[in-house]
Amino acid sequence: MTGAKTAVETAAAVRSGDRSARSVVEEALAAISSREEELHACNEVMADSARARAGAIDAAVAHGEDPGPLAGVPIALKDNLCVQGELTTCSSKILEGWRPPYTATVVERLLAAGAIPIAKTNLDEFAMGSSTENSAFGPTRNPHDMTRVPGGSSGGSAAAVSAGYVPLALGSDTGGSIRQPAAFCGVVGVKPTYGRVSRYGLIAFASSLDQIGPFATTVDDAALLLETIWGPDQMDSTSIPSQPDPIGAGSDVSGLRIGIIEELTDLEGIAPEVRASVERAASGLEGSGAHIERVSIPSCAYGLSAYYLIAPAEASSNLARYDGVRYGLRVDGADVAEMNAKTRAAGFGAEVKRRIMLGTYALSAGYYDAYYGQAQKVRTLIIGDFAQAYERFDVLLSPTAPTEAFKIGAKTADPLAMYMSDICTIPTNLAGHAAMSVPFGTGAEGLPIGVQVLAPALGESVMFTVARAVEGLR
Amino acid sequence: MTTYETVIGLEVHVELATRTKLFCGCANEFGAEPNTHVCPVCLGLPGSLPVLNRTVVEFALLLGVALNFDVPPSSIFHRKNYFYPDMPKDFQVSQFDEPICVDGWIDVAGERIRIERAHMEEDTGKTTHMGGGGRIHDADYSLVDYNRAGIPLLEIVSRPDMGSAEQARGYVSELRAILATIGISDVKMEEGSMRVDANVSLRANSTDVLGTKVEIKNMNSLRSLGRAIDSEIERQSAMLDSEEVIIQETRHWDEVAGITHGMRSKEGSSDYRYFPEPDLVPVAPTDEMRKVARESVPELPAPKRERLISDWGIGSSDARVLVDDRALCAYAEAAVAAGGSGKDVTNWCTGEILGYLNEHGSTPEALILRPEGLAELVALLADDTLSRSLAKDVLEECLATPVMPREVVERRGLAQMNDEGELAALVDEVLGRNEDAIAQWKAGDEKARKKKRGFLMGELMKTSGSKGNPKVLNQLLDERLHD
Ligand SMILES: [Zn+2]
Repeated sequence: MTGAKTAVETAAAVRSGDRSARSVVEEALAAISSREEELHACNEVMADSARARAGAIDAAVAHGEDPGPLAGVPIALKDNLCVQGELTTCSSKILEGWRPPYTATVVERLLAAGAIPIAKTNLDEFAMGSSTENSAFGPTRNPHDMTRVPGGSSGGSAAAVSAGYVPLALGSDTGGSIRQPAAFCGVVGVKPTYGRVSRYGLIAFASSLDQIGPFATTVDDAALLLETIWGPDQMDSTSIPSQPDPIGAGSDVSGLRIGIIEELTDLEGIAPEVRASVERAASGLEGSGAHIERVSIPSCAYGLSAYYLIAPAEASSNLARYDGVRYGLRVDGADVAEMNAKTRAAGFGAEVKRRIMLGTYALSAGYYDAYYGQAQKVRTLIIGDFAQAYERFDVLLSPTAPTEAFKIGAKTADPLAMYMSDICTIPTNLAGHAAMSVPFGTGAEGLPIGVQVLAPALGESVMFTVARAVEGLR
Repeated sequence: MTTYETVIGLEVHVELATRTKLFCGCANEFGAEPNTHVCPVCLGLPGSLPVLNRTVVEFALLLGVALNFDVPPSSIFHRKNYFYPDMPKDFQVSQFDEPICVDGWIDVAGERIRIERAHMEEDTGKTTHMGGGGRIHDADYSLVDYNRAGIPLLEIVSRPDMGSAEQARGYVSELRAILATIGISDVKMEEGSMRVDANVSLRANSTDVLGTKVEIKNMNSLRSLGRAIDSEIERQSAMLDSEEVIIQETRHWDEVAGITHGMRSKEGSSDYRYFPEPDLVPVAPTDEMRKVARESVPELPAPKRERLISDWGIGSSDARVLVDDRALCAYAEAAVAAGGSGKDVTNWCTGEILGYLNEHGSTPEALILRPEGLAELVALLADDTLSRSLAKDVLEECLATPVMPREVVERRGLAQMNDEGELAALVDEVLGRNEDAIAQWKAGDEKARKKKRGFLMGELMKTSGSKGNPKVLNQLLDERLHD
């Protein structure tokens, strides 16, 4: 929005010595100062450590060393990523005062590439939400319209990039938590193939669905960031052991077979402008030589229901450890059980509690088969349906979110309406595939719309090619 | 009065002797300062993830071979969810319906005991309740040591195939010997590296309906396992006799009082909400790993006992003593390999040497007398160079100082007198100065004769300085007396 330089440009300038990392950092800090009070995208601004790192990078350049492909590029981190010694909150009161003694793999890789983490960004508590209104520290606002949400759960990261604080940010995507806020904030957001990016140091919401991914203003910047953080990691057993091939810089879609997912595009509740954007992107791609067809993936319709059993089930277990015994908030009680209960009652917000209860129920004896077991079957079905579709298509298209950004408070009283805003993004997480959102067009209120490009597992290269082509159509 | 059949099944938890923990690189070490072997993973810190220790799978495969298990193509981990302060994640990573080992068995005293499964799981931390007599409900506060959190365990679950405390002890004893032989655990019940829980139920002999099962815990030796089971059988019989209803529960064995106590708990109603652990991938041992396991299981206790019995001609109880003590058995085998006779070596090992080890709290590896020395001692006895009584003297010296038996015999002139002429002269001399005794022998009844003969034999040995060959002397004495 501010005409700031891209990450590619900034890194090139810092590596060549044309620009100092210090000046880049100061510019980012100034941008944060100018808008943070109204936006509230950040839980913590790490000004001191960012300045120190910038100094070190400038010194390295002065010594003729190469600080790496992201030299001097400031980056915002969703506040569910662990950074040693820095407050890491998940926007929850229950992690009050906790500073991790270790750093997430993705952040280690960023540091090794010369990037400068500058802020921890706001999120829906434990990444549970679609608007960043479920933060214990108050909502983040959409930089395009202060009365509207930035989407969620990675709303802080999306807003930070959209507002020009930083060219890059990391988020996590469990059911759309990168792509949906990217669409709402008019930036690029990527959910990589499950297992492509190490989850070590990402505070879990739903382990079998969580995946870390980039926010950026351009498709190229997103690719640069993804290539920095991905690849095998011995600390994550679900990490894919093979080295990924480079994403490449292509944008030629001629001969590619692209399918528009009917179930997600023609759905009731999809705003006409959103549908129109997808169709306009498709015809643009057709104009560039791609074959466009509509495709039905029937099981997509059940994705939302399956997701709201699997994700809460895993969350109910993942969040059990916040019991007041070892770290974070503790509210004393007469005995351990009472201390646990009081701590959790005081530390978790309403949505987190709702999902813990949902998940606990779904896993309970006598209900497991009907709920969790059944949801896993739907998941298998979705994987099968997508596999069939990808026999005929290289990539698929759909809306990223049904509407443009909604008003703050519009859906907080109605959890189901809120859940619906992830309907287009959830199937990808259930399938473990890759997908990304590219800004394309505006809605009735003049707010950004995102088009979703979906690819099979390990299909990042072709996905980025198509995303770049969509970006070129703007 | 009704008689009851006892049905016992055992759950045995074994701490594995790996270098590191199940899911992280922390040291697996007993007795360190509290909370010094911990990291983000075994503390279950937010964002940490487990990575399976390959050695644990290799150990499970060894167990699979040793206990005749099937090892399915793949197994998975589940989460067992419940809140407890010594469990850092408030769930335990364990295996549930797809364990690594299924359908095994071992033979114990000629009876086959079926083993349902063995599965991998992580241990919990250890809570110490301070004040209030160390009980959780009365404690002022509690301290948790997470060094034990994440230590790898194998839980071995038998079928309810045992019918008595003695059989249960036999099973655990055999299991312990097997685990020690394959080297996957210290198997020390006293230190908790092997923990045995027993499920005990009774049923009237006239029915085949299983009784209500009661789980008993907290036995820290084979002896207390036996006592606890017997006590539980007694308790349940008395209840059934008076038509009381036995409730399914967990009871704690009280070693001092010699009884089991019911635990204040919600057991039975607990719902662990098991579901597949999403942070781990299925465990699929390769053919290569299976092959390595098959080839690296050493000779197991049962076949080893049989071999010693048949090759060395020793009794089954000696064979058990030897095989249950791996180090002593290795020592004995080395002595036999060095030329000692198996039977003689066994006698010395299970007799004087074991006595010496127990008395000095020592181990066979630490003995000054090496197996070759024992072989030499046995040979000196066998070829009549040394008498049995002097051999004990020689052994004593060889256990105390680094010297070989033959050297001792030579230096101290202890070689047995075997020369018949020399011995005949000795007999002449001794009988010459004991004519009274000879006369009494000749006049006496059988009892008196036996006594006098013993006296004369004692004089002969004494005069020879214990070196006279007793067999020859006996023979010569008889000849002279019956002249
Ligand atoms: Zn550890």
